[in-house]
Amino acid sequence: MKILSRLYIALIILFLYAPVAVMILFSFNSSVSVWRFSGFSTRWYSGLAYNTTMLNALEHTLVIALLSALLSTVLGTAAAVGIEAIRKKITKKLVMSVTQVPMMNADIVTGISLMLLFIFIGKLIGLDESLGFFTVLIAHITFNLPYVILSVIPKLRQTDAHLAEAALDLGCTPLKAFFKVILPSISTGIVTGLIMAFTLSLDDFVISYFTCGHYQTLPIIIYNMTKKSVKPDTYALSTLIFITVFVLLILYNVLQTKSEKKRAAAVFKART
Amino acid sequence: MKKLLCTILILTVLSTLFLSGCGYQYADLDLRAEFDESLKGTELTVYNWGEYISDGAGGTIDVNKEFEKLTGIKVNYLTFESNETMYSQIKSGGISYDIIIPSDYMIERLIKEDMLQTIDLSKITNYDLIAKQYKNLFFDEKNEYSVPYNVGMVGMIYNTELVGKDIEHSWKVLWDEKYKNMALNFNNPRDAFMTAQMILGQDLNTLNKADWDAAADLLKQGKKNLQTYVMDEIYGKMETGEASVAPYYAGDYLTMLENNENLAFFYPDEGTNIFVDSICIPKNAKNYQAALQYINFLLEPDISTANAEYIGYASPNTAVIENKDYCYYQNEILYPDEADMPKVQYYHDIDADVRSYYENLWSEIKLY
Repeated sequence: MKILSRLYIALIILFLYAPVAVMILFSFNSSVSVWRFSGFSTRWYSGLAYNTTMLNALEHTLVIALLSALLSTVLGTAAAVGIEAIRKKITKKLVMSVTQVPMMNADIVTGISLMLLFIFIGKLIGLDESLGFFTVLIAHITFNLPYVILSVIPKLRQTDAHLAEAALDLGCTPLKAFFKVILPSISTGIVTGLIMAFTLSLDDFVISYFTCGHYQTLPIIIYNMTKKSVKPDTYALSTLIFITVFVLLILYNVLQTKSEKKRAAAVFKART
Repeated sequence: MKKLLCTILILTVLSTLFLSGCGYQYADLDLRAEFDESLKGTELTVYNWGEYISDGAGGTIDVNKEFEKLTGIKVNYLTFESNETMYSQIKSGGISYDIIIPSDYMIERLIKEDMLQTIDLSKITNYDLIAKQYKNLFFDEKNEYSVPYNVGMVGMIYNTELVGKDIEHSWKVLWDEKYKNMALNFNNPRDAFMTAQMILGQDLNTLNKADWDAAADLLKQGKKNLQTYVMDEIYGKMETGEASVAPYYAGDYLTMLENNENLAFFYPDEGTNIFVDSICIPKNAKNYQAALQYINFLLEPDISTANAEYIGYASPNTAVIENKDYCYYQNEILYPDEADMPKVQYYHDIDADVRSYYENLWSEIKLY
């Protein structure tokens, strides 16, 4: 039985990671072939330095992902705190469902409707070119928001509502109480929301496709290569991105377990 | 052991072959026209096909960077993957471009809808390099709106190891039971219909719905013989031998050949499609003068050669065709001489009514 369950897990991991492994392998291929490994070479990695189209697009993707993740985290956290503070149950439910609609909506619907909105407003205020950096940023914040809200709200529910009241009793201003008491207790939810927003924004294709205008992101550039074949420098870049994200995640987990251990030790010490 | 050694040897030889293959090397750009910095600091937005310009990989020319160095104009380079995507982007009205590079039939439509500006040829001093047969084409008879960039034809690719060298030079091979489940066809309506239309001897731009019906019936009949409909998946399938016969663009065959030397190519006797991708300036362009300079720069012999080698399609530029250092110099597939030149037809812009008619037929075929 144990063997079976191990085999099951091994198979799952294999299916999850085999595509990435194959991509990494072929990013070191010396020819453009996608099936024959003709020899080890790092030419696609060195060639990346010249591929200005792709590097530009990478820069666009990173800028949008970082900015939209940060902004939507701030907005989303504020929204979550606000929603939790609503007393009337029906209003609360209503606001929650309204914020979740963009999440349920098909990407293509969100994308097209945002594009129409941007062009419409652009024409209203007399712009002859409405799509670009700001529209794609707004679009990304829009679809990131519900994810941040959803990851912060459970943390808010877990924290004792009386804690903030106690802080107020002890002389904190409401703002101070929020930053000193509430924020630390929901910080893991906020970080989860931030990471989620960042990764969602990083690999969004459909919504960016309709709203980016001149500000083309990496997924769009890669899609546009499919008229001819996608070249291995794309694999090289994807490999680098994969490894960076992988290392970041490991670091995040290591740091988190370390701080948890520290906290546990501190609690243990205080009790004894 | 011997076998293994042999394969390793072959693989190394092949990989060095590839590495020493195409890639136009240059010391200094040798310019024919004059360029100045009068527009320094302005921006130029270029909208082109993906992977359709030499980007500097492996010591080749980075066309956009050279242009920026020469003129001080900042190039904002963007890509699309089909004529239709480009069309809908321009039509949406939210974006403006200074340079676009659509195909023939799309240029015809853009001119019809008054979306292009005329190009001041007196400023394009390199225009005389364009080969005669690519001037005054049907979509722009007076050469007012477009300057040719690339030319290509569709042909049949086959794997000599799997099907032998003896093959009928006809589109009919796709219907031939000898190649059952090993044949591929285009996964886009216009090109797929073309293979059937050629067998039926039709005009590719027929407005007669009965003709499209007949071609659709033929495609339905042939569907059970096909492995699948593909676009760029064809590279993997043909190179690995997963499929043995497939129609595709001649220039892309040359790329596949680098990965599998058993692949061969022919132009079917019934004739085939030819296309021209040309440079145009949209009506709402913001930097018209810079666009003219850019077009002139793209026609420069060195630049054109670098692009032709990078893309692998045929060039309409005589300075490229006659350049002995060009890696496809006198390549008989890209530049067949008159005796071997297949009968060719261009795609024209077809009325929306007939277009939606054959697109519906295509959906039927896909579901058949």
